[in-house]
This record gives sequence, C-alpha cells and structure tokens, in this order.
Amino acid sequence: MFDYATLRLIWWALLGILLIGFAAMDGFDLGTAALLPFVARTDGERRVAINTVGPVWEGNQVWFILGGGAIFAAWPPLYAAAFSGFYLAMFLVLLALIVRPVGFKFRGKVKDARWRSFWDWSLCIGGIVPSLVFGVAFGNLFLGVPFGFDPDLRFHSTITLLSLLNPFALLFGLVSLAMIVLHGASWLNYKASGAVADRARRAMPIAAAAYALAFAAAGIWVTRITGMRIISAADPGGPSNPTLKTVVAISGAWLQNLSAHPVLWLVPALAVIAAGLAVALRRRPLAAFLASAFVPVCTIATAGIALFPFLLTSSSEPNMSLTVWDASSSKLTLGIMLGAVVVFLPIIIAYTGFVYRVLRGRVGEDAIGSDPTAFY
Amino acid sequence: MDIVELSRLQFAITALYHFLFVPLTLGLSVLLGIMETVYVMTGRPIWRDLVKFWGALFGINFAMGVATGITMEFQFGTNWAYYSQYVGDVFGAPLAIEGLMAFFLEATFVGLFFFGWNRLSKIGHLTVTWLLALGTNFSALWILIANGWMQFPVGARFNADTMRMEVTDFMAVMFNPVAQAKFVHTVSAGYVTGSVFVLAISAWYLLRGRHVALARRSMTVAASFGLASALSVVVLGDESGYTAGQNQKMKIAAIEAMWHTEPAPASFTAFGFPDVAGRKTDFEIKVPWVLGLIATRSVDKPVPGIDELVTMAKTRIRNGMIAYDALDRLRKDRANTQLRATLDAHVADLGYALLLKRFRPDVQNATDDEIARAAESTIPNVPVLFWSFRFMVAIGFWLVALFALSFYLSARRRLDTYRHYLWAALLSLPLPWLSSELGWIVAEYGRQPWAIEGVLPTFLAVSSTDAGNVMFSLAGFIVFYSLLLIVDVFLLAKYIRLGPDATLGRAPEEEAA
Repeated sequence: MFDYATLRLIWWALLGILLIGFAAMDGFDLGTAALLPFVARTDGERRVAINTVGPVWEGNQVWFILGGGAIFAAWPPLYAAAFSGFYLAMFLVLLALIVRPVGFKFRGKVKDARWRSFWDWSLCIGGIVPSLVFGVAFGNLFLGVPFGFDPDLRFHSTITLLSLLNPFALLFGLVSLAMIVLHGASWLNYKASGAVADRARRAMPIAAAAYALAFAAAGIWVTRITGMRIISAADPGGPSNPTLKTVVAISGAWLQNLSAHPVLWLVPALAVIAAGLAVALRRRPLAAFLASAFVPVCTIATAGIALFPFLLTSSSEPNMSLTVWDASSSKLTLGIMLGAVVVFLPIIIAYTGFVYRVLRGRVGEDAIGSDPTAFY
Repeated sequence: MDIVELSRLQFAITALYHFLFVPLTLGLSVLLGIMETVYVMTGRPIWRDLVKFWGALFGINFAMGVATGITMEFQFGTNWAYYSQYVGDVFGAPLAIEGLMAFFLEATFVGLFFFGWNRLSKIGHLTVTWLLALGTNFSALWILIANGWMQFPVGARFNADTMRMEVTDFMAVMFNPVAQAKFVHTVSAGYVTGSVFVLAISAWYLLRGRHVALARRSMTVAASFGLASALSVVVLGDESGYTAGQNQKMKIAAIEAMWHTEPAPASFTAFGFPDVAGRKTDFEIKVPWVLGLIATRSVDKPVPGIDELVTMAKTRIRNGMIAYDALDRLRKDRANTQLRATLDAHVADLGYALLLKRFRPDVQNATDDEIARAAESTIPNVPVLFWSFRFMVAIGFWLVALFALSFYLSARRRLDTYRHYLWAALLSLPLPWLSSELGWIVAEYGRQPWAIEGVLPTFLAVSSTDAGNVMFSLAGFIVFYSLLLIVDVFLLAKYIRLGPDATLGRAPEEEAA
C-alpha cells in the first residue's frame, strides 16, 4: 500500500505522536506528583491531589510503555542503541517509574504520618526524575553521543552518565521539567478543589515563565552547536543498515529544516504561546489545561523537526548516526504495526475518553472520606 | 562474573520476581469477574463485598506486577542490545501490540474498577471488571507469542543487508503452535494461582471461625474454577511437551536426562539421579511408552538422546560455517549473487556457527576441537532441568487432587467440616508460585545456550555496556525489589488479617447477608 520510505516517514510521525501522548497524558500526573509536597500540605490535601490522578495515572503510564514497545518494533537499532547506551539514565528512570505504581497504591494503606510522608516524597521524586531525564536525553540527541556499530551491527559506545549531564542537556532537562510542572499545575487547577487548586493556580505563571525562558535559551544555544547532515545519496527506501552513509558535522545544521521551510517556525512559536495562554486562561481551568497540553505537543514537534531525519546522532562516528532512512524495521513489520495502530489507537482513545467522562468533576476532601475502598 | 553472566542473572531475577505477581493478577482478575457476575445475577450484597475484599488484595498485587513489568520491557534494550538489533523486527511487534491491545485496556479500566463503584451502574461496573480481566489475558497472549518465537522461531529469515532476522510471515509468528500451547498452559497456571490464593486464605478464615459466610462462598468459587484450571494446566502442559518434542529435542532430552536415544516406544524416566560427568542416570525408574506418547504422540518413533543431538549439532555447525563464510565475503562484495545463493542454502544453520564466536571471531576457520566444544555447549544444565520439571509436575498433580477434594466437599456443603483439609488448603498457598517459577526455569534455562533457539546464542545477545554498570543495576534491583517485596507481603498480610470488614471500612460483624 505504502512504499518503504513513506512507511518510515509515517513511523517517524507515530514515534512523535506516542512521545507527545506520553508527555501530554502521563505529563500531568508526573507534574502532579512533582508538585505534591508543595501544593498540598495536610494529609487531606495530599489525598485530594493524589486522587485527582488516582484512577487515571496507570493508563497514562502505558503511553510510555507503548512508546518503548513501538521503538522496539519499529526502530530496533534505535531501541538497542538508546537503551543500552543510556544504561544508567534508563535505570534511574526505571526506578522512578517503579516507585510510582507502588507509591500511589501503598501510601493510603497505612495510617502513619511518616509512612505517608515517605511515599509523598517518593512520588515527588518519581515525578521529577523522568521529566528531567527525558529532557536531558533530548539535549544529548542534539549534541550527539559517542557510539558506533561493528560489521555485525553490534552497538558499542563510550557514553557515561556524567557525560550526559552536561550544561546544554541539563538546560533541555529544565525545559522538560518546567513543561511537565506547568501541565501538572494546570491539571490540579482544573481537577482539585480548595487550597490545592489555589496553590496550583499560583504555581502556573512561575512554571510557564521558567519554561519559556529555558525554551528560548535552549533555542539560541542550538544555533551555536554543530549539527549533522547526510551528504551521501541516502536511499529512503534502502536497507536498515546505519553503516552505509556519509554524514558531516556542520555548525548550526539543526536549523536547516526550519530555514528551508520558514512556516515551521510557527511550531516553536506556538509552544510558547500555548504556555502563555494556559496562564492567561487559568480562571477557565479546562481551557487552560488544554492549552498546557499543547505545550508538549509543540515542544516535542520542534525537536523532531530540527533533528529530522536523525534519530540518534553519533559524535564519535557521525556516519553511524541513526536516521529515519536506515534504522527502521523491515517494510513488512512497519506495515503490520501501522495496521495495529490504526485499529487499536482509536479504540484506546474512545475508552480513555469514556473513563474521563465517568470520572468528571472536581475531587474534594469531603468525598474522599466517605468510601475508603474507592479512593487512595 | 562477566557481562553475560551478570546480564543473565539480572534477567533471571527480575523475570522470576515479576512472575510472582503476574499469575495472581491473571487468576484473581477472572475470579473477580466471576464473583461480580454472581453479584449482578443474584443482587445479594455479600457478593459485592467479596469482589471488593479480594479486589483490594488484587490491587496491591497489580501495582507490583505493573511496576516490575516495566523493567522487563526495557531490559531487552538496556541489557540485550544485540538481541534487540538482531530480532527486534520480529520480537518487538508482539510487545508493541501487547501495549496497544492489552496494557491500555487493563491499565485504563483498573482505575475504574476501584474508583467507579459509585459512578457506574451494576452492569457498567461488571463490564469494567471483565474488560480488566480480558486485558490481563490479552497481555499474556502477546508476551507468550513473543516468548514462543524465542523457543520456535518461525515466520522469519535472516537478511544479510541488515544483519538481522526479519519477519516473512506474521501469521506464522502469531499462530506459532509453541506460543499457543504456552499461552493456555500459562494462563491456566495463573487461574490455579488465583484459586489457591482464595482457597488458602478462606481456609484460614474458616479455621479461625471468622468471616464464615464470605469464606465459604469464596471457597466454592475457587474450588470449581480451580479444578477446571488445574486439569487444564496438566493437559495443556502435555501439549507443551509435544510441541517442544517437535522442535526443542535437546530440551526434552535434558528434562529426561536421556543421554542416549530412546528406541520406540520411548519410555519415561520417572525418577533417577542424573550423573553429568558419567553421562548416565543412576537408579532410574522407567515407565514404558510414556515419553513416546508425550513427545511424539506415537509408539513407533524413537526420541533422540543427548549424545546423538550433539552429533547432529556438529553437522549443523559445519553447515553454518559455510553460511558465515559466505556472509563475511558478501559484506565486502554486496552485489555477488553466488555468495547470496550459498548463504541462502545454509542460512538455517547460521546460528549454530555463531556458537563458535565464544572461541574465535573468524568462525569460518574453526578447528575440529572448537567445533566439538561448541556442539557440547548445546547441552543445557541437565540436573536442574530434570529436578525442576519433576517438582513442577508433582505440584501440578497435588493441586489437581486438592481441587478435586475441594470441589467434592463444596458440592456436599462440607467445606468447613474437616480441619485437616483446611490445613492442607492453607499450607498449599506457596505451591502454585513455586511451580510457576520452576516452569519458567524449565522453559528458559532449558533453552540455553540459545537466546533464540538455533538462531542466536545467549552470550552474543548481550549489550556491549560496561560490566560495572550491570553490577550496579543488579545490586540496585536486588535491594530495591527486596524492600518492595517486604512492603508488599506486609500489606497483603495486614489486609488479610484485618479481613473484609475493616477493608471495606465497616465495624466488624456488620457483614451483609
């Protein structure tokens, strides 16, 4: 139906959509968790904050799991390289994501202030660490990391955790964290009640300002670093073997796609506008929440557009960088997986929508006390 | 320890740990569905209490299953990067479909299961519960399709341009007979686990004379569902044996500690002491004909022994060396059609040549001695398989007997009459977990030295990361997982001790009738 190059392009877009789904859906509960100890002080308030995401965080987290599975299925060399190359960073994210399920579930099971405070802080760290690490990972995509492949296509790298935590990448981490915190605050402003919602609303301008400043600074910094460009005649329908092309490093190359198609500048502009809109509309909580959901959409799209067609750039052996044209699955697998997405994604969106409809309305302290089995 | 052993140990520990929670999720979700169906049909509130009480225990277990499952999915990339590169085109698809079809379903509806009691109609909530159960079972289906392909890699072929296995026939991957047999065997084992859990805890309540109405009803459901499931585990386990007999002959031979070919009709070694160095089994007790029936569904076919399989492996290694040689030349001369033809003719044995990578990088030049050692390396750990299998089967038969008795007593309404029976039910609590873990040891340890049977050796499949990193994460997992297990068991025990009244937030003895 589609040729190989088109399928690869579709799967590049789907990769973006899944990451956006993760940032927009799991983002607000990660942000809620990150804000938990700050916007909610008493046990009652904290239960309000937790129960705004209580019934939905689990489904949201599947966006992340699915993102991982989709990279495995559609971009196996990327999966192998990114996950083993960023080994310790992935381990940190894993620990954070393991703490979340048990934290949500276990916190309310024992009536003890220290027990609950321990899980509150675990949830908070479990919200901050993934938000930060994913941003840092994106920063390193722009910088490139040292890796290559041997003739058997065995991946090797000299990446260390400390080298990933460079100032440039940490700035990206800040962009990501501020974006997630803004989204979490918008959610609590919409879904919580009383003091929790008030404090969350007051946090929104701060998070939005931090986001806008960090995003602009990162954008300026990107113009100063070297980007990559494929100079051999890359065959978009060729075999998925990332060792057959020639790539050069050029200063400012990450702006080429935007310069070539100036209309694309709208995407980063919209990211900042959406953040501003979320703050401006904060007295109309649903509209503000939808605006803040648009921030990750445009932020991730900006990064994807700038990097295209690169997926993971190698600083040590640029020719071995992974691109959309040479790091995908076979045509058959891409086609089958596209079929699965076309069938299941609308169903998922439909029943997720149904669940949010059933759970509509604000969460308050009075309702939580009434039924211990129905709340965390 | 080197990176291969560390990575294997980490995978084994995290997988066995994950599978402490999975079978209970599988079994309890269906039991909750059954109990709630009874509630909706009879309208008696005690059945809703049953669902809520067992549901609370389900929730604690479910959180642990989700948390430890994330590790499993990401570990392929972090620790088995070459595996991911080499077979991701085939193996990744079922995992991604699992996310689309199963994880979203169970994770989205598990929230409504707990939070939706006052927001949904009776039928609405019942539907949610069944969708949750459906999600957990779909999840098992797709992960076992992935695992089945590791045991029996059908529907794929090696692509020299991309240096990896690629899908040629996705239907063959989906309807892999090994995967189907494993799926039904595994979910049945999960149903047994859920049933034993409910049965044992209810037996404890009856022994102490507490929550009698709830415990009796729970036991009745668990007894009938458990009996059907336990029978199906045994029968479908036999189907697993048959499919393995078709494909993984070495695994069958190792389970049997069968050093020499067993002539038709092959007999089954019920008991004995495998002697690895002497290549014999001492004090054997053999049952005539049984192995032939299990492994070949016939009485006129022999079942090959370990020695003969090693000799066959040598042939396949030599064949594979021809394929590897052609592949190596092809990399420098990509247009050469004759090399491609040679590779295609021998590609089915390419994996066997890769076994030689343990000894030298240029495997096409291997010596006779290296070939012999590589062939020898295809024998898994015989005593571990031999004993794990026998303990697993013994537990399976014990549980069939326990559920048959439970079913009989429940039909006669005498569940709380015999204290010996109640003790037996209570003490059986750890058995299904033990048996499931032993089953995975047989399946996966028995697959060694292969990551993908006949295609990719385990020692090649690892990441080229620093062993120190793996040591660090392994230590981290051990500490972190141990703490979580302590908290998990503490919470389960707390809620079991409190019983349904406190769990449902009521004063004691206010039990709805």
